[in-house]
Amino acid sequence: MIKEFIQGLSITAKHLLPGNSTTVEYPKVKLDPSDRFRGLHRLVPDHNREKCVACYLCPTVCPAKCITVEAGEDENGVKYPTVYQIDMLRCIFCGYCVEACPVEAIEMTGEYELANYKREDFCFTKERLLK
Amino acid sequence: MSEMLSLSNDPLLFISVMVAKILAVFLVVVLIVAYATYAERKIIGRMQTRLGPTMTGPLGLLQPIADGLKLFFKEDIIPAQSSKLAFILAPMMILVPAFITIAVIPFGGMITVGGYQVPLQITDLNVGILYILAMAGLGVYGIVLAGWASNNKYSLLGGVRSAAQMVSYELAAGLAIISVFMLSETLSLRGIVEAQAGSVMDWYIFSQPLAFCLFVITSLAEINRTPFDLPEAETELVSGFCTEYSSMKYALFFMAEYANMIVVSAITATLFLGGPAGPFPGPINLLLKVFFFMFLFIWIRATFPRVRYDQLMFMGWKVFLPLALLNIVITGAVVVF
Repeated sequence: MIKEFIQGLSITAKHLLPGNSTTVEYPKVKLDPSDRFRGLHRLVPDHNREKCVACYLCPTVCPAKCITVEAGEDENGVKYPTVYQIDMLRCIFCGYCVEACPVEAIEMTGEYELANYKREDFCFTKERLLK
Repeated sequence: MSEMLSLSNDPLLFISVMVAKILAVFLVVVLIVAYATYAERKIIGRMQTRLGPTMTGPLGLLQPIADGLKLFFKEDIIPAQSSKLAFILAPMMILVPAFITIAVIPFGGMITVGGYQVPLQITDLNVGILYILAMAGLGVYGIVLAGWASNNKYSLLGGVRSAAQMVSYELAAGLAIISVFMLSETLSLRGIVEAQAGSVMDWYIFSQPLAFCLFVITSLAEINRTPFDLPEAETELVSGFCTEYSSMKYALFFMAEYANMIVVSAITATLFLGGPAGPFPGPINLLLKVFFFMFLFIWIRATFPRVRYDQLMFMGWKVFLPLALLNIVITGAVVVF
């Protein structure tokens, strides 16, 4: 019994030595999320505009119904989204939109600090998603 | 050799020296109480691979002050159905015995003030150990009263548990130190320190190792520290006897807990480790020994789970009490033959 007590005490003593803390002091130190982390979306740009061809696959597959797309045509007759908007308050970060996209126009970044003060600030428009 | 300073040869000097000693000891104890909470959070945090407080001041050093201020400004709630007088008295009744026990702890040899000899001890009672045991016994009343006056079933259970626990362990603790004053042949703490004054090997920890272990364990139980903190077992009793307390009254219970830790450490150091004896000036030696025991108590808290109630009673009555009696018999035999 005494042996077990000493064993227990030595384990806690070992942890007391410097360099054994696993705490990350978050706002000061940030861990890099993994490459597969599903954070904020990003529309991939292609030359002078976004890659998106407004095919409506992402709003169709989206289980949370958070993507709004409105299609338009430019002067060359190429389809593009006039409106592309993601409501981050509804988004569940499932990544189905990325999977569904036939032209790889949308991807997910490691950005996870999405807290904000106003409801409107959670509505990510095309311009914000292209950044 | 000059005369001992007493009330008869220089009353004014005696009183001022006395007040100075009391203030100094009180201040040191309150400071240790405050920073023991910080040390406990820091050390337990590290042992559980966390960091402990880091945000308040450099390294979180202002945490005790922030905690104190917060508790001071909290609303003071007295439950409507409680017994008001007892409810208010209880935290004081637990804190006061904890603080006044320190009055008999010697923290150094003699110093000379104005041509008189002054002992570095608030008062040298010739029944010092009895006084300590009496004050330890008084501490129970605070907890029982707090538990009863709150008019809350969890508080009452906590109070009743603590009464049973303290009665069982006081016995074993008292019997453990009997063997010490069988060797020293005095009840005065100064006398006990002088009996250990020769060399390190004269310390009673070497002639009474069993009594030392018994006293440390049973006093852990007496001050309700983990692994014997059944009176405030969070998992079953919410917060035990201090469930209904808030604001500064709650803080008083916490101060009493840490003050009791200091008292027990100081008593153990005095009885078994030669008190203020050591390489540094007296008070510093005693403080180092006290800090060692405080660290040990914190370390134990970070390591061991709480014992079950039947285990607690089993250990108190069937392990520690017979061992303490056996130790007295052996010591008696050695002293006589």
